[in-house]
Amino acid sequence: MSSKEFQRVELLQGTLDLIILRAFATMGPLHAYALASRLEQLSDHQLSLNQGTVYPALIRMEQKGWIKGTWKRTENNREAKYYSITKSGSRALQRERERWRRFSSLVDKLLLNGETL
Amino acid sequence: MSGLRRFLLRLYTFLFPARAERELQREIEAHLGLIEEDFKQGGMSPDEARRAARRAFGGVEQNRELARDERSFLWLEDLRRDTRHAFRLLARNPGFSLVVILTLGIGIGGATAGFSVVHRVLLEPLPFQESDRLVTVLHVMPGMTSAEMPLSQAMYLTFREHSKTLEEIGLWKGATVTITGLGEPERVNVVQVTDRLFPLLGVSAHLGRLYTLSEVSPGSEYPILLSWDYWVQHFAADPSAIGQSLRVNGTLHEIIGILPQGSDVIFGDPAPGLYLPLIVDPSRLQVGNWSFPSVARLRPGVTLEEANDDLTGLTELATEFYPGIPLSELEARHFGTLVHPLREDLVGKVSRVLWLVFAAACLVLLVASANVAGLHLVRAEARKRDLAVRKSIGASPGRIARQMLAESSLLGLLGGGVGLLLSWGGLPLLLRLSPQDLPRLKSVALDPMVLLFALSLSLAVGLSFGLIPALLTGRRNFSETLGEGRVTSVGTRSSSGLQIRTLLVVGQVAAALVLLIAAGLMVRSFQALMSVPPGFQQPEEVLTFRLSIPSTSAQSGAEVARRHEQILRRIKALPSVASASAATSVVMDRWDSWNDVQVEDFPELDTQPRPLRRFNWIAPDYFRTLRNDLLAGREFEWADLYLRRPVAIITENLARELWQEPRRAIGRRIRSDKETLWLEIVGVVGNVHTSGVAEDPPAVLYMPLLLGEFWGGKDFTWRQLRYAVRTRGTGAISILPDVRRAVWSVDRALPLFQVATLEEILARSVSRWSFALVMLGVAAGVALLLGIVGVYGVISYGMARRAHEVGIRMVLGARPSDIGWMVLRQGVMVAATGVVIGLVAASSLAHLVSTLLFDVQPVDPLTYGFVSALLALVVVLASYLPARRASRLDPVKAVKET
Repeated sequence: MSSKEFQRVELLQGTLDLIILRAFATMGPLHAYALASRLEQLSDHQLSLNQGTVYPALIRMEQKGWIKGTWKRTENNREAKYYSITKSGSRALQRERERWRRFSSLVDKLLLNGETL
Repeated sequence: MSGLRRFLLRLYTFLFPARAERELQREIEAHLGLIEEDFKQGGMSPDEARRAARRAFGGVEQNRELARDERSFLWLEDLRRDTRHAFRLLARNPGFSLVVILTLGIGIGGATAGFSVVHRVLLEPLPFQESDRLVTVLHVMPGMTSAEMPLSQAMYLTFREHSKTLEEIGLWKGATVTITGLGEPERVNVVQVTDRLFPLLGVSAHLGRLYTLSEVSPGSEYPILLSWDYWVQHFAADPSAIGQSLRVNGTLHEIIGILPQGSDVIFGDPAPGLYLPLIVDPSRLQVGNWSFPSVARLRPGVTLEEANDDLTGLTELATEFYPGIPLSELEARHFGTLVHPLREDLVGKVSRVLWLVFAAACLVLLVASANVAGLHLVRAEARKRDLAVRKSIGASPGRIARQMLAESSLLGLLGGGVGLLLSWGGLPLLLRLSPQDLPRLKSVALDPMVLLFALSLSLAVGLSFGLIPALLTGRRNFSETLGEGRVTSVGTRSSSGLQIRTLLVVGQVAAALVLLIAAGLMVRSFQALMSVPPGFQQPEEVLTFRLSIPSTSAQSGAEVARRHEQILRRIKALPSVASASAATSVVMDRWDSWNDVQVEDFPELDTQPRPLRRFNWIAPDYFRTLRNDLLAGREFEWADLYLRRPVAIITENLARELWQEPRRAIGRRIRSDKETLWLEIVGVVGNVHTSGVAEDPPAVLYMPLLLGEFWGGKDFTWRQLRYAVRTRGTGAISILPDVRRAVWSVDRALPLFQVATLEEILARSVSRWSFALVMLGVAAGVALLLGIVGVYGVISYGMARRAHEVGIRMVLGARPSDIGWMVLRQGVMVAATGVVIGLVAASSLAHLVSTLLFDVQPVDPLTYGFVSALLALVVVLASYLPARRASRLDPVKAVKET
């Protein structure tokens, strides 16, 4: 394992869902490849992500009814399954964001307090 | 909400995975295509692009598996795959599978059927609130009778008012009445109950209401209650039955309530159709007349011992309050009270038989399991190579073990299925054979609890089979196994599989011996029972039934007796009838009257504790009809009755007890108590086993059906009698229509009830033994058969493994007879070890069946010896076949081929 890879961030359980939902909310319908590339790009390649690993998250969220997939053609006329966020997905996104914010501010607070001691 | 949606979708994709699988496949391919294209545009060659795309995507198969886990339930998917694999394996070996499934089916079926009976009859709590506090109160008087007696009304009232340990007590008594006005006149079983009996059980009326205290008091125009069954059969479950009136023994009584279903368990068989109040009149009570069964509820926290002490302590109070027997006399006879849990009392002695049958079924299951385990071991040996190959390719030991477990659990479940079918088919047979006086026997069925039992049994059995070979092969060094190739072990080195199998077979022989000995003891007991002279002969020729002369057709005692005579004459006039008579009780029909007697010759006996005697009132020709020979004197004749002659007949044991010889009893006088006439003994008859052939014959005092004065009444007689009709050698039941017509020619539409041949009555009295006999016989037979198969299997298998060695031995000069003996010796060893272990087990378990034995010792040398010899012989015979085959082996072939 090289030192560069070592510095990549491992995702916290559950945060992947939030990030993916956020991506769909801001960018509209995406297929899995576009999504995976976008996530890598957004994280400045800090995110360790085999492209295949987005599938469990996609399946989970589709079963929960947060996103919906439809087969379409790409600009290059290849077929791909495009996912878009649903209404209940938007609500879930809001909920999850709120939760994440509270959680991260709590962690911040605890860590910062620890430093000032 | 979204959680539930997801769960349902996962379940759906588990059940119907094909579409989702296709979809995923298509999506991943499309994904790879898109990456590939991007890479190509970036300047890679198609080959490079494809490889790079796969790298970027990550492991396709792993990701697909992860996706599957997310989409469905991975463990369920695995289970399904293992099951499918197991099915395929079993189908590839139909012979093996069939033998295993059938063997297990027999074992599980027997155990399940046994459990269903034990569960319903013995284990399930009675259907009443807090039924563990329900008890029945009995009296014992060891100085007088070995029997446990029910309560008297005086004791009941004393307990009810003064007991500190009983919350409530109720009394009941079975009877029969004639119901007219609902079609044909009908004789109906009824139970008389005191007012608190149902409330203390926690039973309330299904419709209407129960009795109030005033309705069970003397002098009231009592109303009646209907049982559920009677209501359904005679009123089609019509609620308007409440408020209608029924004619009971000629007078009208209002129906005020319907009891709920199942509330009649405590009254036993026959179940009552109606309930009448049991009227207790405190002003006319005596301490004695112990003939009323009771139900009581203990106060919370009270133990049986505390209740026993409390109630026994109340004896003194009862004797102060009520006339009859003084305390000193009761104490001289060691009078005491016994509190039994109600459930135990209901099931009584029969529970032993049921447990025994269940235990036998479980033992058979063990024997069957041993066979199946043996087969599994053989197969594990055979599959050693196959498994080694799979392991070397990369299957984890866990994975292999799981697959074998799936296979054996599947076998277990299939066996359980066959077992359920068998017990479903066999249960009616079992119920028909089992003693009929068991509570709740009719409701025995394959209910959910029984199904659960069968399921867990099948799984447990299946899994344990899976474990043996899994453990055995799991440990093995696989490269060694692979290297072994087909060279089988040479010489005395035997594999642990064969050793385990030999142990199993020894166990089987031992278990079979235990069952065979139990069955053998039952056979001996049954033989002994059947050779007891019951006090009558050719019971198959005798038809019996009960008959009651209603007050509408005869008023006085003399008229009632005359009616009985008329009916008997009509019956005797039938051409197929040899003779006929009647009595308050023909043998073993649960009509009892036990009383004290005084003997003129021995006045000193009156002051000593002495046993009770059985009273029976009979018509002339009684002993001729039953074929019980007179040892001295004569039978009664109609003249005795009509002239009111004070005469009596006694049984041989009473005559011998008092006067040593039957002849010397003639002319002596005997009476019931000071208030009744002396009766002159005119005849002595042979002993009669009136309580069943297994019980000692009681001393019986027979009196004429009509007595001028008895127990304070004039022209004393009985309206209800059991008739006995002996045919001229034809089957007894076939003459019933003729007999009925003869009865009706005297008194139209008089119902005949409790119709049974004497043979049936006799069979019923030994049903406990015949049931145990048949069940243990079947169990022992099956165990023996399975044992033979096991022995044969293990010895021929061992033989086959050693064929190479045998060939070499023969080449080196061993004679065929040496070889035969070598193999046979193995069988002899198995037989000897198994028999010794079985004998030890049987003799240490024998006390469990001792209550069921009759005239046979639990360790009966004859039974033990005979059965052991038989079993040893069979086992040796089973190993003879492989031994003979071994001695005829072609040595050259054997050495070459193996």
